[in-house]
Amino acid sequence: MTLNELLALAPLILLTLTTVGIMLFIAWGRRYHLTGALTILGMNLALLSLPLLWIYNDGQPVTITPLLVLDGYALFYSGLILAAALGVLTLCGAYFESYEGNREELYLLLLMSTMGAVVLVMSRHFAGFFIGLELMSIPLYAMVAYPSRDSRALEGGIKYLILSAGASAFMLFGIALLFAETGVLGFADIGAKLAEGRTPLLLTGAAMIIVGIAFKLSAVPFHLWTSDVYEASPAPVAAFLATVSKVAVFAATYRLFLSVGLFQQPSVIEALSVVAIASMVIGNVLALAQDNVKRILAYSSIAQFGYLLVALVAAGDRATEAAGIFLLTYVVTTIGVFGVIALVSSPMKDRDVEHIEQFRGLFWKRPYLSSIMVAMLLSLAGIPVTAGFIGKFYVISLGVEQRLWWLLGAVIAGSAIGLFYYLRVLIMMFQPIPTRDRVSEPLNWIQNAGGAMLVTAMIFMLVMGVYPEPFLDLIRASTPLLK
Amino acid sequence: MSPTILVWLLVIPFAGGMLSWQSERYSRFVPRWIALFTQLIVLGMSVWLWCVGDFTLASPSTTPAFALEFKAAWIPSFGINFHLGLDGLSLLLIILTNLLGVMAIGCSWKEIDRYVGFFHLNLLWNLAGVVGVFLALDLFLFFFFWEMMLVPMYFLIALWGHNIPGGKGRIYSATKFFIFTQFSGLIMLLAILALVFFNHQATGAWSFGYFELLKTARGLDPQIAWWVMLGFFLAFAVKMPIVPLHTWLPDAHSQAPTAGSVDLAGILLKTAAYGMLRFALPFFPDAMREIAPFAMALAALSVIYAGVVAFSQTDIKRLIAYSSISHMGFVTLGIFAGTEQALQGVVIQMIAHGLSAAALFILCGEIYERLHTRDLRQMGGLWARFPYLPPIMLFFSAASLGLPGLGNFVGEFLILTGSYAVSPLFTILCALGLVLAAVYSLILIQKAFHGSAQKADAHGHGGSEKYEDLNRRELGMMALLMVLLLGLGLYPQPVLDVSAASMQTVQMIYNHAPPAVATTGVTP
Repeated sequence: MTLNELLALAPLILLTLTTVGIMLFIAWGRRYHLTGALTILGMNLALLSLPLLWIYNDGQPVTITPLLVLDGYALFYSGLILAAALGVLTLCGAYFESYEGNREELYLLLLMSTMGAVVLVMSRHFAGFFIGLELMSIPLYAMVAYPSRDSRALEGGIKYLILSAGASAFMLFGIALLFAETGVLGFADIGAKLAEGRTPLLLTGAAMIIVGIAFKLSAVPFHLWTSDVYEASPAPVAAFLATVSKVAVFAATYRLFLSVGLFQQPSVIEALSVVAIASMVIGNVLALAQDNVKRILAYSSIAQFGYLLVALVAAGDRATEAAGIFLLTYVVTTIGVFGVIALVSSPMKDRDVEHIEQFRGLFWKRPYLSSIMVAMLLSLAGIPVTAGFIGKFYVISLGVEQRLWWLLGAVIAGSAIGLFYYLRVLIMMFQPIPTRDRVSEPLNWIQNAGGAMLVTAMIFMLVMGVYPEPFLDLIRASTPLLK
Repeated sequence: MSPTILVWLLVIPFAGGMLSWQSERYSRFVPRWIALFTQLIVLGMSVWLWCVGDFTLASPSTTPAFALEFKAAWIPSFGINFHLGLDGLSLLLIILTNLLGVMAIGCSWKEIDRYVGFFHLNLLWNLAGVVGVFLALDLFLFFFFWEMMLVPMYFLIALWGHNIPGGKGRIYSATKFFIFTQFSGLIMLLAILALVFFNHQATGAWSFGYFELLKTARGLDPQIAWWVMLGFFLAFAVKMPIVPLHTWLPDAHSQAPTAGSVDLAGILLKTAAYGMLRFALPFFPDAMREIAPFAMALAALSVIYAGVVAFSQTDIKRLIAYSSISHMGFVTLGIFAGTEQALQGVVIQMIAHGLSAAALFILCGEIYERLHTRDLRQMGGLWARFPYLPPIMLFFSAASLGLPGLGNFVGEFLILTGSYAVSPLFTILCALGLVLAAVYSLILIQKAFHGSAQKADAHGHGGSEKYEDLNRRELGMMALLMVLLLGLGLYPQPVLDVSAASMQTVQMIYNHAPPAVATTGVTP
């Protein structure tokens, strides 16, 4: 390993050092705030190392062992993942403030999971891919079940553990089939073999891998865990599930698809189209009947990834761009929505503030916090001026360009159905409250890290919606077509 | 005259709305005054533009020309510009918008007592969004404003609306309104993007610009043009609304607060007609001509069906809502007839209907404030109980039924005479709508004001007790609208002069469009 390769590993090394440091630190003494500060410091250093690496490597990809590669694409998604993880981290800080159990280990889990996500987006080899995936998922089981005295959280954690393990098994078996047929595990090598001709075994393997991925992305028909797990997890963990884990899996999948050349397989594309349409339609329709905001958000994320799958089906330069901008807007928005839920909830209550009735009149009590929620919901619905519109606009324009009319029909129908439940949550916050207790919130919520993070997310979201050009430039520069 | 004034027309209401919202914490009255002041400024600016601007064209051609244009790069990687343009048509509609905006603020002076600042924020942003629609010359920008005006309107209905007994509730109506318009809007987005990609194929450049896409659209293969046109047509038909896509409108109106209704009937519906005249028609003259018989049939259906349904309403606001659909049927007829006379009639009809419908809705609001009901069956005998309100209502009902001397008559007359040459059958059918208009307008007056007084209303007022009549603010607003309608009816020439050039252009495009030959070689 050359020095150059070692340097390219800097983000991972920084994350690992932080993890080990935190572990020793916790053994020495439990200091919640200091632990949080150290974690944030470590993540920020890792985040900072990304642009430096970009400049240092002059935008050229650096392969690190056969397993990983650090190119613009990996840098962009690592940045997105680290930023999202930082957002979740600040929410955790606020949310677990009043938690009476051991709080420090959550940071540890979060760090490891984030590390897994970064490995995932850098991977160019099935071994790296699988290690990243598992490193990301296993801490997540514990995070979901973190408030371990809550039987719901435990149930959610176990449910996620078992189903996710099943999906991993599928994926592993698929990888084994590919290996049996080709004898290689690098994405590019498999792509070369696949180009020579495909065999039933190869396609079976690919199908099983797609099943595993679809589970992680909670695409229909592998979505059944999503709403239960989202509902059971503490709000910040749900935010992590919805953003970091999904972004990492999608980014890695996109690279996998592109390098293996799965796009050339019409059967794969057809299967993906069906999954995408089903996700958009079923995700949106199922959300209609929910009264629990976290469940609504779970179904909404199923639908959102349905929209995103259009990019996977279309594939190509502009699809890479579209996926980037869509995920960027999705992350900012989702963190915002879950952030508001996290800030009004507490882990010591029986449940989070998640039933739709609990949002009644929130605007008249906490106008600024609910303004953020309103803007984020509108963004999820894809209304202009918000970031969500730009993401959806990109996806639709991609569909029109590639003439994917069926998918577009689903996008539009899904958006129309989606409006119904987004608006339902939204208007609930404006309902008059009977007691007329229109006390304005004290403004000090903004001073803690969670509040400041939400305001930042809100500003980012609006800037992206109104003036997306700088973000488009960033994505275009960092994600030239992966070959 | 610097074109940046167009930007100010948008920025001032947005800023005023924010200011109005934030000022709520000081007093309930500050937001109202700020909103009124803001709206008066933009109204003044738009009237000033009329006075100083020159909206005639030396020689009308088949490419629309604009008196004022503002252009700044926005999202260069997609060829999206912040491109605004003003011609006679958009100027007239902007003046209408800002005038009715003042009226809407005026009529909610007493009606709205909850969350006053937030109300005016929504109202002003909605108005600004509509002005944006009338100014946008970049299709991305157009879509942006088109969708952006929905959110404030949604809030206006959902938060300050009425839950009338027997209705489905204001949130239901607001959501229905939002979903209908958003869905059709997304279909329009598809059409816009399709055009953009054809343009990209033909020229290799990304652009959402009006003139670029105009050229591309004209060169499209007729069959493709037809499909793309359909996307635009659907969005505008929902917003117009054309029967059978109209069901959101009566619901929205019956639950909306007065200002919301004024806004909806007076302004929002006009964005659809504007969209047809500015985009659908110049872009796809051939395809539009192709579906003209079908669209005119729908127009006749709207006129007659909505007229009949209006007659059988018991809710006074639903009645006026259906009458709006009926009147907008004339607009559709005129647009698709496409003669200069008919198109000029469309402009007059839009303005006159905006004024008269707004006035009627304001009066409904006044009645509701006093009687606490909008049910015609619980009214009756009101003539003796108000000195001013009933005759004013009669005046606007007469306007609405097309009494000569008032604006609506000029509009409908021009539309009908202009359309007769194109399609006698549908013109005659639409003319029947005038009879229906007389029936439902007079039944409204008869049921509400004549007959025996009801024994007691919801608040236990006795049958002969006088109600508090219109105060000076309300009388002033009504007087202004009456003067404008009379002026439009007796001397419409100044308005016709302003819109003449734009309408001539549209008419030339529609009727003398070159035969459909794919000039850019675009294939599906």
